[in-house]
Amino acid sequence: MINFNLFVLPFFLGLIYVLVAVGKSWYHWIKALTPIDKVKLSTLIRHPKQALSALKEVFLESLVHRKMWKRNPLLGYMHMSFALGWFLLIVCGNIESRFYSGVHVNAPYYPIFLKFFIHDRLVIFFEVFSVPGFFRFLMDFLLLYILSGLVLALLKRQYSNFFGMKRTSRFQFTDRVAMTCLWLIFPLRLLAESFTAGHYGSGGGFLTQPLGDFLVQLLPVPSEFVAYAMWWGYSLSLGIFFVMLPYSRYMHIPTEVLLIFFRHAGIQPKKWYSSFSDTEVQSCSRCGVCIDICQMNTAGIHNAQTVYFIQGVRDRYVPEEITQKCLVCGRCQEICPVGINTDSLRLIKRRELGSGQSTDFSYLKSDDKPKTAQIVYFSGCMTHLTPSIIRAMTGILENAGISYLHLDKDRSICCGRPLMIAGKDRQANELIEINKQIIHETRATLLVTSCPICYRVFREEYNLPIRIQHHSQFILDLIKTGKIPLQGQFKKVVYHDPCDLGRGTKTYEAPREVLSKVTDLLPVKQEANNALCCGGSLGILNVTQQQRAMITKEALDILLENKPEILATACPLCKKTFATHASIPVMDIAELVYQSIPKPSYSASAQSHQAKSYANELI
Amino acid sequence: MKNFGYTIQRDQSIDIDQNDRRIVNYLLSLEPSFNLCLGCGSCTGTCTAGHFVDFNIRRVHTLLRRGESKQLKTEMKKCMFCGKCQLVCPRGVNLRNLIITIQRAIEQIG
Repeated sequence: MINFNLFVLPFFLGLIYVLVAVGKSWYHWIKALTPIDKVKLSTLIRHPKQALSALKEVFLESLVHRKMWKRNPLLGYMHMSFALGWFLLIVCGNIESRFYSGVHVNAPYYPIFLKFFIHDRLVIFFEVFSVPGFFRFLMDFLLLYILSGLVLALLKRQYSNFFGMKRTSRFQFTDRVAMTCLWLIFPLRLLAESFTAGHYGSGGGFLTQPLGDFLVQLLPVPSEFVAYAMWWGYSLSLGIFFVMLPYSRYMHIPTEVLLIFFRHAGIQPKKWYSSFSDTEVQSCSRCGVCIDICQMNTAGIHNAQTVYFIQGVRDRYVPEEITQKCLVCGRCQEICPVGINTDSLRLIKRRELGSGQSTDFSYLKSDDKPKTAQIVYFSGCMTHLTPSIIRAMTGILENAGISYLHLDKDRSICCGRPLMIAGKDRQANELIEINKQIIHETRATLLVTSCPICYRVFREEYNLPIRIQHHSQFILDLIKTGKIPLQGQFKKVVYHDPCDLGRGTKTYEAPREVLSKVTDLLPVKQEANNALCCGGSLGILNVTQQQRAMITKEALDILLENKPEILATACPLCKKTFATHASIPVMDIAELVYQSIPKPSYSASAQSHQAKSYANELI
Repeated sequence: MKNFGYTIQRDQSIDIDQNDRRIVNYLLSLEPSFNLCLGCGSCTGTCTAGHFVDFNIRRVHTLLRRGESKQLKTEMKKCMFCGKCQLVCPRGVNLRNLIITIQRAIEQIG
């Protein structure tokens, strides 16, 4: 018998199409890498250990969907059944087909439609311990596994709540077509194999044989005809799915593999829309995990979530409003199962929007020789709005007997991040250069700042040859070295992670450690990398103050759930934002530490001692 | 001495009908919170740039309202965009968006 039938053509042509299309994209992405990135990528070939760890991640993320499992077991099972199930079906099908054809290389359609081609080979049912029997069992089992995932996928469209998702992403036309075809593939395969097995009375497994026998009895028309139609349907759904794949969300399947290799080669996102960014955009599966966690929902904005933003980038058109409507809090980046650098993509697109009017910061240049000091304290613009933090910090520094220079005591220059986050890099760089010059002239070896916004940009953009610390880290060092004596009052406190300090620079532990020394730190439902934005973000321009207030109030509701006495934070902007709406005092960790330093001349015992001696004198 | 914009202005007559109110109309359509401003000057008082140089958002507001866009061009180049003004505004004017919109309007009008 010739192993060919006309119905394999839709599948076969679709397969060729998708291989060419994906191959072309891969080729373009790799070709468009910068020379340095190309060298990095080539090191993967020379270092098989690195390549192996990339392969391991491909297995764990693209097939097993480990991050999805962590998010929600049902969601994880659903994704794994499709990805790993289909992958194993292909691999096992290939091995099985070799057994029947007797050669190692078969036409690509032969294993896919194997049951049609081998129906004339009589194999006894339940012969599980022979090789063909084992494979028949295995293939039916894998098919059943995928179908169980399909049932979950259908249920998810209706009851996404059970999958831990309140909202799911809206689909485009191509997505719908591709998804429908994907969902049809496996039921059609089941029916095709069952009807064939039923018609010939053999060749099926534990699932397809009984089902086939049962269905064939019910049929009023010849079962051979129905089986043949099912094979055509199966092939067509595969073919259409393959053709739609490069134009739909399913492009993420081949792209994510390349992205994982890029990442393991050490390739980083650039400041411009690079080949790496394009790979990231195409790797977005539009799973919609980023929708629920986005605080824009709280403000009543439902069209600017990262999944829709990336969809726009992919379609080569993002309305400016969507690009701008983002707090740049980084929550979606933390939760993204693909690990897309969502914030950096946003900023790239903001940069492309045009950097706007040129600036003139010539007024900042001064001829004054700045003082020099080993330790320089830079409070930052926002901290100037919360003078209590400056008082606390200078108090702590003086208490520890450290000589320091308060760099922006009178002349506060913005660090540049507010401009940068609005996409005005050129203007921001002017400020950065001026600040770098000033910092350089102080000959400092340690730069301490109270503002996480400044801290982040100092670290990421300034390339300073000195140590940079946020004051939480600096205070922790002082406590550890015993430079400041502490007498904590141990009030009940919750800590709010500022976006730029937490997710921005991964500083989660230092502030907590400091707080645990002077307060009774209570847990919060959403903290560390899942902490909420306070709503004061400088990353967004086009929301009203009312919308900001909604975000702030929601964050406060979650923070104050455990009834703390004080809300602690480590960012002047968060403090200022919360203070407007909070029912309890909002304090920076520097203030809490400063409060806990015993001050001899003003302490209660000293006062009573003074009063006593005064009374003695009188008597 | 710091200039908060409270000093006595020079005599000048302004013909609102003659002046170019394109920018202010553009602003009002894009950032309606501009209407909330009561001219208290908090923004100017806290301004990071205003600390160094004669930059006065309150005056920018008046110039815009009067439609005097000539002076604006050099004036708006001084903003560092730090956002302190927005945080102290008692009326909830969306100042950062306002400033970026003014800059864009100036760029477009030329």
